[in-house]
Amino acid sequence: MPTPTDPTVPAPREAAPSSSAETPVIEFTDVEKRFGDNVVLKDLNFTVSRGERVTLIGPSGSGKTTILRLVMTLEELTGGYIFIDGEPLTHEERNGKRVPVSKKRQKALRTRIGMVFQQFNLFPNMTVLENIIEAPIHVLGRPKKDAIEHAHSLLEQVGLPDKADAHPTSLSGGQQQRVAIARALAMDPEILLLDEVTSALDPEVVGDVLNILREVADTTNVTMLIVTHEMGFARDVSHKVMMFDGGRVVEEGHPDKIFTNPEHERTQKFLGAVLGHN
Amino acid sequence: MSNMTSPHQLLAGEIDAPSEEPPGATFWDWEFAWEILPDMLMAFLQVTLLVTVMGTIIAAVLGLIIAILIMVLPKPLAWIVRWTANFIRMTPIVVQLLLLFWAFLWMDAITIGVIVFGVHYATYMSEVYRAGIESVPKGQWEATTALSMSAVRTWRKVVIPQALRSTIPSLGNYAISMFKDTPFLYAIGAAEMVTLAVSDIGGNTFRYNEPVTIAGLIFLAASYPTALLVNRLEKRLAYAH
Repeated sequence: MPTPTDPTVPAPREAAPSSSAETPVIEFTDVEKRFGDNVVLKDLNFTVSRGERVTLIGPSGSGKTTILRLVMTLEELTGGYIFIDGEPLTHEERNGKRVPVSKKRQKALRTRIGMVFQQFNLFPNMTVLENIIEAPIHVLGRPKKDAIEHAHSLLEQVGLPDKADAHPTSLSGGQQQRVAIARALAMDPEILLLDEVTSALDPEVVGDVLNILREVADTTNVTMLIVTHEMGFARDVSHKVMMFDGGRVVEEGHPDKIFTNPEHERTQKFLGAVLGHN
Repeated sequence: MSNMTSPHQLLAGEIDAPSEEPPGATFWDWEFAWEILPDMLMAFLQVTLLVTVMGTIIAAVLGLIIAILIMVLPKPLAWIVRWTANFIRMTPIVVQLLLLFWAFLWMDAITIGVIVFGVHYATYMSEVYRAGIESVPKGQWEATTALSMSAVRTWRKVVIPQALRSTIPSLGNYAISMFKDTPFLYAIGAAEMVTLAVSDIGGNTFRYNEPVTIAGLIFLAASYPTALLVNRLEKRLAYAH
């Protein structure tokens, strides 16, 4: 494994994966999400290519987190289609009708997707190691020995090599979130969803967690969909930034462009507010 | 009453009248009390405690099953389970004991007691479990979805272990409650401790003060330490969270 890059000096990033003929890893087609009468997302269309890291920014309530939750099948999709590697995740069109896909097909796709939550959501009744090996063994059917070995190397990677037997409740927030990252990575996901992963952390540990994620970004080809308020991190790791407001994409583009020269007035205002008017 | 007990043998044998004094002459006879104590303790161990322990086991397991069924079954079936449980919970234990006793005359009173106490308290405990399951944070369920865990693994490894933590004190209190309800077995003539005290010892000797008081003291001696234990457990679980 390559050594972690110095976070203060962003490594020159390779060009964004080409969004050419290859099937997109994630594709939203006419997605609509409503909670009762409240329409959160409307006519949403976008694609994410393999290995691409996309950050969603925008004011709270703009539907960014809902997008991640739809991909993780934590919310019911009320309209349109989501495709993972070209396969329908929740619904498909058959004979002109929108019908739900089978649970089995959905689960097969879901195992390729991992998620890290704002509130960590580790299982408090299990040790750190048990948290990490549960799904690889019982969902992917990996041999226990391999799963444990993998877990130890992941714990090393997130800087907690001696915490395998600890219980999550005995760990600090930053440590818990690092375990949660290891747990998500233990499934070897193709897609990693990061939902405000540093928002619940003390300011002094935010950097550690972000550095681990930077390293994951640098050393793997995992596709990432990121919701964050850490604009520096977003700028460092993402290939594309999408600005959301009112359930729609207001503006999207390369982070350098979005952060230095946003076109849309809404984006300018939002960035001005979160970056403290520079 | 005398008819009713016929298929169910009472446990106690003949107890001698306490002394040459006429019955009721003394308020409290220590010698007599000492004499009946072993029989009462035997009845306590063989019936009261047995019914409580077996009943608690049935109630704890069945209660969990009811709680889970109500949450996972399709709506109409869940509704049937819920209302059956409500119906059992809202009818008195004595009525249920008598009903089963007369419906299944071939069954002995202790078995009927175990079934009725077990099922009746299962309906209470299912509510405790339901609250426990609902107290498991939504994020835990979401994590199991994110890891594609099966429904069985999710319940077994994540939801039930976490739900149990908060339910154990309440379950303990219901077990104590059941324990104190066992004298209802008197209604079906099971050779439970209070039945022994009143029907046998009292009926044969016309002395009630000693056997009934001793029965009360034995209940107190057993339930008070158990209640303390449950309390301590509750505190420990609370700290550990």
